[in-house]
Amino acid sequence: MRMHIHPTRTAVAAVLALAVSGCSLVGTGDDESASDPAGGGDEAGGTVVLVTHDSFYLPEELVADFERESGYDLEQRAGGDAGALTSQLVLNTDSPIGDVAFGVDNTFGSRALEADVFEPTDLETPAGVEENALPGDDEGALVAVDTGNVCVNVDTTWFAERDLDAPETLDDLTDPAYEGLFVTPGATTSSPGFAFLLTTIAAYGDDWQDYWEDLLDNDAKVVKGWEDAYQVDFTQGGGKGDRPVVTSYDSSPAFTVDGEGGTTTRALLDTCYEQVEYAGVLRGADNPEGARAVVEWLVSPAVQEALPSSMYVYPAVEGTELPAEWADLTERPSDPWSVDPDEIDANRDEWLQEWNELVSR
Amino acid sequence: MERAGQPLMTTPRRLLGLVALAGLPLAVLGVFFVLPVSGMVARGFVTDGDLDVGGVLEVLTRARTGRVLWFTVWSSAVATVLAVVLGLPAAYALHRLRWPGRRAVRAALLVPFVLPTVVVGVAFRQLLGESGPVVALTGGRVDLDGTAAGIVAGLVFFNVAVVIRGVGAAWEGLDARPGEAAAALGASPAQVFRTVTWPMLRPAVVSSASVVFLFCATAFGVVLTLGGLRYSSVETEIYLLTTELLDLQAAAALSVLQLVAVVALLVVAGRLRAVPDPTLARSTARPHRPRRSDVPQLVATALLLVLVAAPVATLVVGSLRVDGAWSLAYYRALGGGAELQALPVPVTGALVTSLRTAVDATWMALLLGGLIAVVLTRRSRSRSERRVRSVLDGLFMLPLGVSAVTLGFGFFITLDSPPLDLRESPVLVPLAQALVAMPLVVRTLVPVLAGVDDRQRQAAASLGAGPLRAMATADLPVVWRPLLAASGFAFAISLGEFGATSFLARPSDPTLPVLIFRLIGRPGELSYGTALAASVVLAATTAVVVLAVERLRVPSLGAF
Repeated sequence: MRMHIHPTRTAVAAVLALAVSGCSLVGTGDDESASDPAGGGDEAGGTVVLVTHDSFYLPEELVADFERESGYDLEQRAGGDAGALTSQLVLNTDSPIGDVAFGVDNTFGSRALEADVFEPTDLETPAGVEENALPGDDEGALVAVDTGNVCVNVDTTWFAERDLDAPETLDDLTDPAYEGLFVTPGATTSSPGFAFLLTTIAAYGDDWQDYWEDLLDNDAKVVKGWEDAYQVDFTQGGGKGDRPVVTSYDSSPAFTVDGEGGTTTRALLDTCYEQVEYAGVLRGADNPEGARAVVEWLVSPAVQEALPSSMYVYPAVEGTELPAEWADLTERPSDPWSVDPDEIDANRDEWLQEWNELVSR
Repeated sequence: MERAGQPLMTTPRRLLGLVALAGLPLAVLGVFFVLPVSGMVARGFVTDGDLDVGGVLEVLTRARTGRVLWFTVWSSAVATVLAVVLGLPAAYALHRLRWPGRRAVRAALLVPFVLPTVVVGVAFRQLLGESGPVVALTGGRVDLDGTAAGIVAGLVFFNVAVVIRGVGAAWEGLDARPGEAAAALGASPAQVFRTVTWPMLRPAVVSSASVVFLFCATAFGVVLTLGGLRYSSVETEIYLLTTELLDLQAAAALSVLQLVAVVALLVVAGRLRAVPDPTLARSTARPHRPRRSDVPQLVATALLLVLVAAPVATLVVGSLRVDGAWSLAYYRALGGGAELQALPVPVTGALVTSLRTAVDATWMALLLGGLIAVVLTRRSRSRSERRVRSVLDGLFMLPLGVSAVTLGFGFFITLDSPPLDLRESPVLVPLAQALVAMPLVVRTLVPVLAGVDDRQRQAAASLGAGPLRAMATADLPVVWRPLLAASGFAFAISLGEFGATSFLARPSDPTLPVLIFRLIGRPGELSYGTALAASVVLAATTAVVVLAVERLRVPSLGAF
């Protein structure tokens, strides 16, 4: 082994290292940190910090438009999934992690309200927002931004090939004719999984455990996350699994296009649980004015129209136009299942524990 | 002769020097690790303003806690044993034997270690699942999907590289002559291994095994994806308790338990690892051509390569198959496109962010890890000094043993007031990744620096060199390759880091693993296929980095 160091090589390495650090984040100091929130020069209203779950995304042009028109700099920060986001907000009530939050939904909303995370926004909201308000939110602290439904989806081509009628209802899923065909993400480990558990609780009340026993007897498969259920086990998912029935969303059929203007999947409209996602001004925000402006922006026509293609959800505001393929390929349930938020809050831990016992038996 | 008097410096002054060197890493560790973690734990211990130890103790007696704990220990232990059993022959074949392509194989075997676990988890499930090739090939006799065996397989897949690296490096540095002498006197290869090789190798094996055990016991994505619902580890349980149930008391109890277990493990491993004098055992033997007696090791390595390649092949094949035909469509989508409009940046953009973040994470990890390695390897002159060093040693390994959720949540609840309001800082992500990579940098540098005879530094000092100059003459010639190697390793780790990054990254500026996670989280074959293609790109980038490091022929990389 050569043990002698070559001074030239060391020099080259050092120069290289310096050159490489030139393309680092810290080295260049990107624009956002350059327009430091504390530093002056932002007389138009300063920075407003928007905390979201990690599926949040809106096109850059929209954000730029907002910043130009309102005079605020929008700083975005992700905080895990809807559950993690809510937990973080609750943990930080005394020193909020931002000015405004988006992504708390109706299954977690009551927890946030109880902890007094949000303060009333007092905004004139467009039609549709009020209708989707969280029951029990009398002050109007949470503003509905989008809606969606967790529904059982079926692979229509699979059933057509076998000349078999696809299941339609929750009861059908326990029918021996559909044995071994259903896969669902777990309620303790995924939010659509929890929504599906709530569907069965809404539908069967105190008998929900019996229903789950039948479901498991019918060889339903429970996996951890939506990704596992849809992408691995579902026949129309990326992995081409072998189960043609899966818990997913009412918007999912818009993504399983067959190339001839149709879709290969369908949501079962009798098995849906409604999810509404909210935005709200955080109590104790540094920039409450900016926060209100963000909430107002989120229910503005521009953002509402962008929601389906950027976050795969439906706009909450009535009369918002949907992308063509959504209008053609998806159907929405007229009367989805729901459970009262207070009841969820009171029973969540117990339900999850009982459910966990059932499926890990 | 004043300078020559330096070695006789009084103990308090030396201790002070030690602390000064350790100052920066200690401060960073304090602010970005100890503070957030203790903040989170404190939340769990305090109920309504009162210390509630009873409540925490109650959590530890729950039946579920016992089950979770048992499963964590059991699965990690089995996975560690398997990783060692599979890794040892490969370490030998890849580090003691000379054959064409071994560098490429070494690089390939490190790739799993840095792949995003969520993607590998999904690929693994596809491989093992009902309609996967494993079930098909074995006629359903081997069905690991959702079983404990599936989790163990995943853990081994991710961690076998640690054993190969750690043990391989030590093996490379072993003097071959005692073994040859024993063989010449008639010892069988098994006898040679048992009586000569093993005693010399044992510290490295114990060291690697303890790190593997740590990684297994704190694995998150693998258990979450492969475990079905029957199995939960301490790590996934902390996640569930914190994010879904907001049961901070239980989460804190488990976090403390995890920390205590990790500290205990580090202490035990430290004892077992201890070598009387590291300078004695070092010499570099030239690898030799395979002999007939090496065939079993080569076969075992080939088998391991197949096992590791299978899930990766699933990824590659999946990324190239569109509607049952071969196609590059998913790779074309990496640059963005109308169908993938819901992504904040195209995959290529996220790759650039990842690379830039990795550059920062690397220099931070090198700076911190390098300082610590220097502190740890100066000869101790007194018992108290040795004790301080061993405490520091353990302290800097701790980040390996703490849940990313605890750390992520801790960041948000502790670094929130003006002198330390770092929640918005762009430094957070690279720094978090640097903390993950730092222990490995330390473990790579420590054995090399320890091998430098202190007398060389003294000689340099007595000839008039200042401390820095003495270090440059005595240490740099030996350490520069491992240093570059460690940077490659840190770079690769940063590229694949997902747990902490997903908490701290800005949604508009995701790294590649975060973007892959988002792609895999939406329906439609295009997003799934693109996620696979992006994973292949990530794996390939990693392999290139590791291969470049291999080119440096670093004698000891990753000797944990």
